[in-house]
Amino acid sequence: MRFALSEDQKLLVDSVGKALAALSPLERVRRFADRREATAPDLWAGLAELGLPGLLIPEAYGGLGLGLLEAALAAEALGAAVAPSPFLGTAVLAPLALTLAGSEAQKAKWLPKLASGEALAGVAIAEAVAGSRDGAGIEAADGKLSGKALFVLDGLAADLLIVADRRGGLHLVETPPKATPMDSIDATRRLSEIEFRDTPATPLASNSALERLRDAAWVILAAETLGAGQAMLDKAVAYAKERRQFGRVIGSFQAVKHLCAEMAAELEPARALVWYAAYAFDHAPEESTVLAAHAKAHLSEIGRFVARTSTEVHGGIGMTDLLGLHYWFKRIGQNRQLLGGPERVREIAARAQGLVGA
Amino acid sequence: MDLTLTPEMADFREEVRAFLIAHRAEYEAGQPKDARAWQRRLIEAGYAARTIPKEYGGYGAEPDVLKARIIAEEFIAANAPRGMAGQGISMLAPTLLEVGSEEQKRRWIAPTLRGEIIWCQGYSEPGAGSDLASLSTKAVEDGDDFVISGSKIWTSTAHLAQMMFCLVRTEPEAAKHEGISYVLIPMDAPGIEVRPLKTMTGQAEFNEVFFTDVRVPQANVVGGRGRGWFVANTTLKHERGMLGDPNATEARLGQLIELMKTERVGGERIVDNPVLRDRLMQLQARVFAMRFNGLRLLTSAITGEPAGLAGLVVKLQGCELNHQIAALAIDALGELGILYHDGPHLRAKGTWQRSYMFDLGLIIGGGTAQIQKNIIAERGLGLPREPSPAKV
Repeated sequence: MRFALSEDQKLLVDSVGKALAALSPLERVRRFADRREATAPDLWAGLAELGLPGLLIPEAYGGLGLGLLEAALAAEALGAAVAPSPFLGTAVLAPLALTLAGSEAQKAKWLPKLASGEALAGVAIAEAVAGSRDGAGIEAADGKLSGKALFVLDGLAADLLIVADRRGGLHLVETPPKATPMDSIDATRRLSEIEFRDTPATPLASNSALERLRDAAWVILAAETLGAGQAMLDKAVAYAKERRQFGRVIGSFQAVKHLCAEMAAELEPARALVWYAAYAFDHAPEESTVLAAHAKAHLSEIGRFVARTSTEVHGGIGMTDLLGLHYWFKRIGQNRQLLGGPERVREIAARAQGLVGA
Repeated sequence: MDLTLTPEMADFREEVRAFLIAHRAEYEAGQPKDARAWQRRLIEAGYAARTIPKEYGGYGAEPDVLKARIIAEEFIAANAPRGMAGQGISMLAPTLLEVGSEEQKRRWIAPTLRGEIIWCQGYSEPGAGSDLASLSTKAVEDGDDFVISGSKIWTSTAHLAQMMFCLVRTEPEAAKHEGISYVLIPMDAPGIEVRPLKTMTGQAEFNEVFFTDVRVPQANVVGGRGRGWFVANTTLKHERGMLGDPNATEARLGQLIELMKTERVGGERIVDNPVLRDRLMQLQARVFAMRFNGLRLLTSAITGEPAGLAGLVVKLQGCELNHQIAALAIDALGELGILYHDGPHLRAKGTWQRSYMFDLGLIIGGGTAQIQKNIIAERGLGLPREPSPAKV
């Protein structure tokens, strides 16, 4: 009985962190963002050597067969490095959708390719999870999809798509239509818009699969923000130990050290919340929605606080493109809104406990 | 992470439930009818002093995160009172376990656990608050005794206590932190005067304590002469844990949810107001974070791995959270939230109003929020100390 990471989990954190330090240094992130690359195949290939694309995929299909906690730990490391990777769509949501609701033939066709990193999967569930904007939304009829999906995850260069229709049903699209990039504040995660016009699709058979996908996505986004926030705290502390003003390092001024303490005080307990939310997804599914919602909303709130506070500790230099702190600031900002901002997500936490309109 | 509910754990949960049902008559609305009898009952059953060795009056169980959690959950669900949690039980007993002599452990821990000895903490002085190590209450050696004079402030339960654990200056020539000893003082010793200190709650939760030539045997020093600062820091670590206890916070949140579900304004349940509901959810996320952080701390206490930041932040975050829970309760009550003392419209006997005020005191006491931030920044993040002001 222990509430702590196992040796294997610590090893995973360590190896993903080390791999990312080599694969995704700031120069690589900057190149991806500046050139608006659609994908970063070099990074994904490197992470595939660790088995990251197949983390959640059962061993029978060539994956590692691990749980959402391991995925959250990987996401934390990816967030810490603001790595441009298709982890959320390709390695978490699409494999989950296929495992939960795919036919044997669908699983046999796609899971091994996803596990090896050979195929990329886009996920279009924003409307079904967080509400439709600008007339987006997907109608499904007679094995065909029509309508527009916004904020598609990992949709550029996708070999397959997982799409949610207006009623919450999930579909597999094996001939994805062209995806148009949606420029966002966070140029390290590419979002896209996809228009479906009688696009052939196969329904995936499970009623609650969309909710499971949503919960998993919330946990992974929370974990990413945790990693990005921790990186911003570490950078602020390192800077406060080195930058001198008034003849002393600024970290010796209480006005500055208290900002650092406040960030740490927010982040450290949140780590346990993210761990447990991820653990509950696999081991206590009845608690999963409440925990996932709280993890997503809470990390959104403290993430915003840490992002601005770390920038302030850096002073003017924190605002510059040269330093690059803004990549973390923006990743945290994007994660906050993706698949529902904190106010809407908390409403679902309340609903899941029967606190709404009884 | 391994929180699997084995059949053994399911049995344990049933055992706790059965205990709480069997003894349902001994408590009411979260309060024991006879605090000491309840405390003895809990120790006997292993729900208080659970991991303290039997020879010192505890239950002597191996630490177990999940069992601790199950006990907490079932007590919260039954609205049953946990054991006593005064300064003696939560702070002195663990301190003696860590640094006390064998004789001190045998003499003091068991009656303290049973609630037979109430302790108070003699730390702060009028001139030594956040700068605790500048304390000036002095203890002068005289034969086998120390003779103590000076005064202490913010001493909660001093008017009820039989004993005080107290910081005194025994080596006036030594450096500030090295001249202090940690001494156990009987409160009935001649020369001690206790004066109640009334606070904004309208009650005297604190006292001032004055010492005029109070004689205490030198054998009552814990951890060695001049080692008081080290011992005090052991105690302060336990105080941080006690003041930020996530189980207490969680119980409080449960009461707030109940209030918001039952209380109505203009026919509408408070929880149906989307703004207040959203605030409730924000606090619930924080309570969950502190709960799981607490499980992490329990695990590191068992495995012996350093808890690091996860432990250092508990007092700051827990006390702030308690205050915010009380603040939301006041806002949920609205006009009813300004009533106090007594009257037909007062809810929960004014507990929320009192908490809102008293919890602010706990943000200040036990090391202010600002001191906590210094500790987090310096010990947790390795930031340099504020340079000492130039000597004048």
